[in-house]
Amino acid sequence: MIARLQHPSARGAVLLLVVLLAPPIRRALESSMTTQMLVQIPLLIAAGVLLSGAVPARVNAAMAAWDYRGITGLVLATLVGAFWMLPRSLDAAVTDVRFDIAKYLSTALLIGLPFALSWRRMGFIVRGVFLLELIATFFRLGWLYLIWPDRLCNNFLLDDQQRLGRYMLLIGALLFFWIAIKLLWGRLDSFSEALPPAFSPDTGARHLYGGPDV
Amino acid sequence: MRTLLASLVLMLGGGIALSTATDHFRAFTTEAARRLEVREHPVDIPAVTLETETGARLDLSAFRGRWLLVDFVYSRCTTYCTTLGSELAQLQSSLAAPLAQHKVQLLSISFDPEHDSPQRLAEYLHRYRAKDAEWLAARPVNQGGLELLERRFGITVIPDSFGGYTHNAAIHLVDPRGRLVEIFDAGNSSLAAQAVMRRLEP
Repeated sequence: MIARLQHPSARGAVLLLVVLLAPPIRRALESSMTTQMLVQIPLLIAAGVLLSGAVPARVNAAMAAWDYRGITGLVLATLVGAFWMLPRSLDAAVTDVRFDIAKYLSTALLIGLPFALSWRRMGFIVRGVFLLELIATFFRLGWLYLIWPDRLCNNFLLDDQQRLGRYMLLIGALLFFWIAIKLLWGRLDSFSEALPPAFSPDTGARHLYGGPDV
Repeated sequence: MRTLLASLVLMLGGGIALSTATDHFRAFTTEAARRLEVREHPVDIPAVTLETETGARLDLSAFRGRWLLVDFVYSRCTTYCTTLGSELAQLQSSLAAPLAQHKVQLLSISFDPEHDSPQRLAEYLHRYRAKDAEWLAARPVNQGGLELLERRFGITVIPDSFGGYTHNAAIHLVDPRGRLVEIFDAGNSSLAAQAVMRRLEP
């Protein structure tokens, strides 16, 4: 078992997945490109991140040998992420239920989960490169969606695509300023506080049950 | 070392997956994929029953033996279909000779059969000065037929925010054997005309 399902964060992840699977919510989020890309998929990734808190320390330690500085997990998350950035994939997720199942499973288990586990192993440079690339992707895709004269997805409207473009530019800009502020007045490696389990860089040990759970 | 190995394996697998998902990096959108797909694997067009603007019923298979240029429209449309309408009107003049010889046929199929009565379809044709018989407008007589056509041709129709529809507008070329062989941009009828002329040459 990779994760302990009784663990509170696993329960949280399952609850989030069930909510996202509820047909009315699914339909509402998938009816627009904006909500599918900026609400549904990020929440699915968040479910995977939550699930990472329930991975036993033993399993995580065994994976660490294959995941030096979190590179392997980052590569996996990036590749799966790239697949779901293809307009074709988003279109297919709306019309073909098999694609939708693949989307739910892969964004949670192959993006959110490995990324969260690997993030704790990443050093300053890997994190920096990732964040820069993330911001650049928001800008690149946002700009593309905003200026592209035709619809990229047959299932979504052009004004939806342009609105998504504007929001992505805005998110890219906010991320940029947030990181700039962090760089000027804080420490980049303090980002791990945002993730559910605690991590103590000074001991080198990877405690997965932070806080009162230990 | 193990990280390098694992990452390389993942990248290889991911590369293969992405290549497969985009038809070897040729089609990133559903629309591009649809056009590529019919060029490489022509699609058999089902014999769906249609009602034309005169109220006559005919079967799509009745057009076998000619090159059929099809577009999908709804008569209330004020955006894509007006482009399509004028493009078909242009095709009517650029393909005048083969049209007159019954080697080519123009057909506009409505995906809004509830609203598009034969009378509305006739008005639609009149708007673009369609010549009788060379350019027909028709609606599928039942919902099943419409869905089958949309599926085979790859037409996606979604409601827009103004009470109308948005749809992937294009000109579809069906060969004399009743197979969808090529799809052209709605705004580029001259390409469609050239393709038909090329195929008509012995």
